[in-house]
Amino acid sequence: MDFPFQAASLLPLLPIDASAHGPAIDHHLLLNIWVILALAALAHLILLIGLVARRRPEATSWRVEYLPLTALAVLFAFLTIRAERLWAEARYTGAEPSALQVQVTGEQFAWYFRYPGTDAIFGVTKPQLIDAGAGNPLGIDPNDSHGADDLVTSELVLPADRQVDLRLNALDVIHGFSVPEMRLKQNAVPGMTIHVHFTPKIPGTYAILCTQVCGLGHYRMNANLRVLPPDEFAAWLAAKQKTVQP
Amino acid sequence: MPSTITPTSTEPKRKNHVEDHDNGSGRRPPTDKRTGGGGEGDNYGDRSQGNHGPRERLVRYRMGIFFALASDLMFFVAIVSSFFVSQSTGHFDAYNNYVNEWTVTTIPPILWLNTAVLILSSITMEIARRRMFHEVDVMDEWLGLGKPITRRAIPWIAVTAVLGVVFLVGQWIAWEQLAMQHVFFLSNPSSHFFYLITGVHGIHLILGIFGLMAALIGLYVSRSLESRQIMVDCASWYWHSMGVFWMFLFVLLVFFQ
Amino acid sequence: MNLSKSPEKLRYLFTTDHRIIGIQYLILALTSVTIGTILSLLMRIHLVWPDRILPFYGPILPEDYLAMVTIHGTIMLFFVLTTAPQSGFGNLILPAQIGARRMAFPVANAIGFWLTATALLILLSSTFVPRGSPISGWTAYPPFSAVASAGPGQGLGMDLWLASIALFAIASSIGGINTLVTIIKLRCKGMTWERLPLTVWGWFTAALLSVLAFSVLLAALLLLFCDRHAGTSFFVPTGDIVNGAIHAAGHPGNGSPLLWLHLFWFFGHPEVYIAILPGLGLTSMLLANFSRRRVFAYRTMIVTTLLIGFLGILLWGHHMFVAGLNPFAASAFAVSTMAIAIPASAKVLSWLATVWRSRPHYTTPMLFSLGFVSLFILGGLSGPILAQPILDEYLHNTFFVIAHFHLIMALAAVFGLFAGTYYWFPLMTGRMMSETLGRLHFWGTLLGAYATFLPMHLTGLMGEPRHYAQLTGVSNAAGHLLAGTLPLNRFITWSAIFLSTAQLFFFANLLYSLFRGSPAPPNPWQATTLEWHPAMHPNFPLEASEIVENPIAVYRQPCQYQPTPTGELFLPQWSPDATVDIKPE
Ligand code: HEA
Ligand code: HEA
Ligand code: CUA
Ligand SMILES: [Cu+2]
Repeated sequence: MDFPFQAASLLPLLPIDASAHGPAIDHHLLLNIWVILALAALAHLILLIGLVARRRPEATSWRVEYLPLTALAVLFAFLTIRAERLWAEARYTGAEPSALQVQVTGEQFAWYFRYPGTDAIFGVTKPQLIDAGAGNPLGIDPNDSHGADDLVTSELVLPADRQVDLRLNALDVIHGFSVPEMRLKQNAVPGMTIHVHFTPKIPGTYAILCTQVCGLGHYRMNANLRVLPPDEFAAWLAAKQKTVQP
Repeated sequence: MPSTITPTSTEPKRKNHVEDHDNGSGRRPPTDKRTGGGGEGDNYGDRSQGNHGPRERLVRYRMGIFFALASDLMFFVAIVSSFFVSQSTGHFDAYNNYVNEWTVTTIPPILWLNTAVLILSSITMEIARRRMFHEVDVMDEWLGLGKPITRRAIPWIAVTAVLGVVFLVGQWIAWEQLAMQHVFFLSNPSSHFFYLITGVHGIHLILGIFGLMAALIGLYVSRSLESRQIMVDCASWYWHSMGVFWMFLFVLLVFFQ
Repeated sequence: MNLSKSPEKLRYLFTTDHRIIGIQYLILALTSVTIGTILSLLMRIHLVWPDRILPFYGPILPEDYLAMVTIHGTIMLFFVLTTAPQSGFGNLILPAQIGARRMAFPVANAIGFWLTATALLILLSSTFVPRGSPISGWTAYPPFSAVASAGPGQGLGMDLWLASIALFAIASSIGGINTLVTIIKLRCKGMTWERLPLTVWGWFTAALLSVLAFSVLLAALLLLFCDRHAGTSFFVPTGDIVNGAIHAAGHPGNGSPLLWLHLFWFFGHPEVYIAILPGLGLTSMLLANFSRRRVFAYRTMIVTTLLIGFLGILLWGHHMFVAGLNPFAASAFAVSTMAIAIPASAKVLSWLATVWRSRPHYTTPMLFSLGFVSLFILGGLSGPILAQPILDEYLHNTFFVIAHFHLIMALAAVFGLFAGTYYWFPLMTGRMMSETLGRLHFWGTLLGAYATFLPMHLTGLMGEPRHYAQLTGVSNAAGHLLAGTLPLNRFITWSAIFLSTAQLFFFANLLYSLFRGSPAPPNPWQATTLEWHPAMHPNFPLEASEIVENPIAVYRQPCQYQPTPTGELFLPQWSPDATVDIKPE
């Protein structure tokens, strides 16, 4: 759907909005902010007028309470319904089959990104094999054929305009995978694999932050998200593939 | 220093003369059930100690114990819900097949016996409690004709305490038996919970037995009839609910693993 | 004044008198809040000038920052906002307001206080053990909090934290039980349920929540303790690797970190309402008292208080929208959370209607109550935004959340405390607090509060996450994003310094009024609630006999005013004379 205005432009505070589902969220966020600003202003106005105006016998009519209350109830209900719609769009359904598969793994204090490679299947991993020093930070099992062509990177590189299906997990403690420019946030919980999907739109380099306190390096646990035009992405992927299976 | 509040003594002064037959159960005969307080007229809460309504203190302590037990119930509810959660969570092992280490802990048969013992102890406790409120005898004590109730209640409480100890020993044996079959606390999630639940409940029972002991001693030393009633009453309500909790936990361990 | 000197002073220290215990709680809260405030300043300063050297300490390391955040949050939430309103004023004022001479269980009451004090000491002691205090925040999410090697402070420090919070939980449950029984059984003649002051309703609901919630926390702490020391894994999944070592490698069992989140927040959300409920009640009463009006829609206010308490139990999931909660559950929790905005709005409306065209008396307590209204609206309105999962997905764990709960909790609830202190000081000491200092304190705190916490919404919208030890010296695009928030953050820090300095007026006022304050008339505010009943006046405690002669009785709802011969509006709850034209609504 399209909007009368590009919300982000009205709210220069927000980082630019580079995902397909982003504008809808910004729009709704903006609506909310206007609503509560209005409510807060109105409430304070009523308060101040009430304080300065001459004394009057007290109000006793129930209308003073219940009419505004129903109005507020309707307002909040309206916001809830809109929000739930967007949430359902974003989260209720899984990614489409054609989506690009990437595995995101958090550990103190780095993000690792794993592409399934040419066979489009992730190889088996074993905690015992994990050894960042030896270049196997995720513990990919060498005996597993699927694992051979998997490539692991420390920056997330994605093609524009193609849906991505991220499977998030963590090795040690809970981390928070957050990409402000994509309006995306989801905790990576050890022992769970959580899927989130989105479609990057605008090519560029964006920040990936950790938003769940995970230790003394929490503040510097970040990575870059590079969104490339499809052809450049293909080139990059091919180059990478060479490095693992010449 | 400004005129700050001076602490008032909130505790009743020990009366070391019993002649006036004021046993703290109020001037009215203890058979009268009016409690006062709670905004319904007569504010006993306002009176000096010893001038209270007949059952006011009793009701107050009972209510306290009930709220405490409600909070304790939430404690067990939390543990039981964790039981179900970790029962249902498995994980994918190295070969991507789903495993759930939850292996059902076979309940040592002796637990059935223990349960029976606990029920029995609840019954004896209830008898003791009933004795404490037996109208005629209460009247006698209030008039100062000896301590008939207390005499009759003491043995029952003692029996309850003994049964409680028997139960605990039984639980211990159950643990021993499990250990025989090499099921230890750390063996698997189910055994974690078996030991945790029985353990925590055991600690509650130990507290309960201390409570009974306190009540026994109280029955000997305390002059105030109402205090004695209160001690037995609270101890027994606590004891009963530990029994009920155990029934639930037992059912959980037997049927819901 | 040095207690524990003579046995006479010991009577003050180990008393079972609820009023003294209440004051002890308040002193404990004041000490805690001082520590918490100093920590918050260190945090703010480190955030914007990371390489400042702390005198006698050296540079502040990232783990130090996280430790400060954790202790700041724990102290402020537990030892200030749970003790001061609920246990402090709860003991000092509650029995008097229902016309009772004592709490139901005085000894348990004293035990509760000493448990709390011990808990505080244990918590603070964690600073001095090797590797320092825990760094996992006041929510202590496992596995971070379950594995000692996960970070400095997660060893002994974390154990001390667990012990401290466990003691605190027990103490609060005891206190809750005591409060409930007192309110139910010790109300004086004529004090029917709908005549109870709203403050009492606040304490009552908060006590219910404490009784239900704290024992759940206790269970969670027990399980976490087993994970840390008994080799179980309730919260730690299989094959969890921390620092290259697999946790509890030998032992089977696949725990779920989410289990902790559920248990903790089932407690955690009621906990934050425990912090605010007494404040809500007090505000309603004070606004009515100083505008010489009845509380608008009194019955509705009682209902909404209970409703907020009840709903408060059903919406813990709104802290877990993006924590791995199933999206459908998230939707459900979103609805229950939005629902609570309605009783809250009802309260705001009642406040507005109560003061509407009333030309109130602007005493310091009144000013702080008005401030409470403003802060509650500003902080509360951001609640419904966070309650919408799709928006929380962007705002979760950003400073927007920090702004939300500092406005509504840190400041609104604290304003309740201030109002209470200025209002009840005469009952504690028989002296009034200085109005001029009070006014200075009010305006300083209000402006400071706005200047400190409103801009935090903006840095939050820019995407500044919580628990970040530094905003500078971060690599990648993230560094760019964080650097963008620096100018605002500097402003916030300066305002925080201003805000904290404004608190000096408060402490100055306390000391000054304690010794030099003008003597208080029996009922300085024309208050209608029972704690101001002559027989309740602390300075002239009546003899038991006199009390029996003229038992306190209540004839009407609080805050019903009618003209007196002197022209003042006044009609206390205890006055038997018939009302002219006030029909109970
Ligand atoms: C009551 C709760 C409370 C209070 C008062 C405060 C007060 C302040 N807090 Fe804090 N804060 C929390 C509760 C509170 N906070 C919590 C729970 C967290 C989260 C921790 C975590 O993530 O684990 C947090 C986190 C937190 C952060 C986020 C850290 C991070 O995640 O990176 C920051 C950063 O700016 C901050 C700053 C401040 C500041 C500047 C104040 C200033 O307002 C300080 C000025 C002080 C006052 C205005 C209080 C004066 C009050 C009195 C004198 C009371 C009177 C007492 C009686 C009458 C008995 N706080
Ligand atoms: C006193 C404490 C307190 C109170 C009262 C509240 C009140 C509310 N809180 Fe808050 N909250 C916290 C303390 C509190 N909160 C804390 C400490 C955290 C962080 C915990 C952590 O992670 O460390 C938190 C976090 C938090 C989150 C999670 C954010 C996240 O982590 O991503 C959410 C999400 O739904 C939320 C929602 C709400 C809502 C809907 C209310 C509602 O009750 C608000 C109701 C009030 C209103 C709706 C305002 C009413 C006024 C009007 C409607 C104006 C009327 C207008 C006219 C008359 C014209 N809170
Ligand atoms: Cu990883 Cu914070
Ligand atoms: Cu909440």
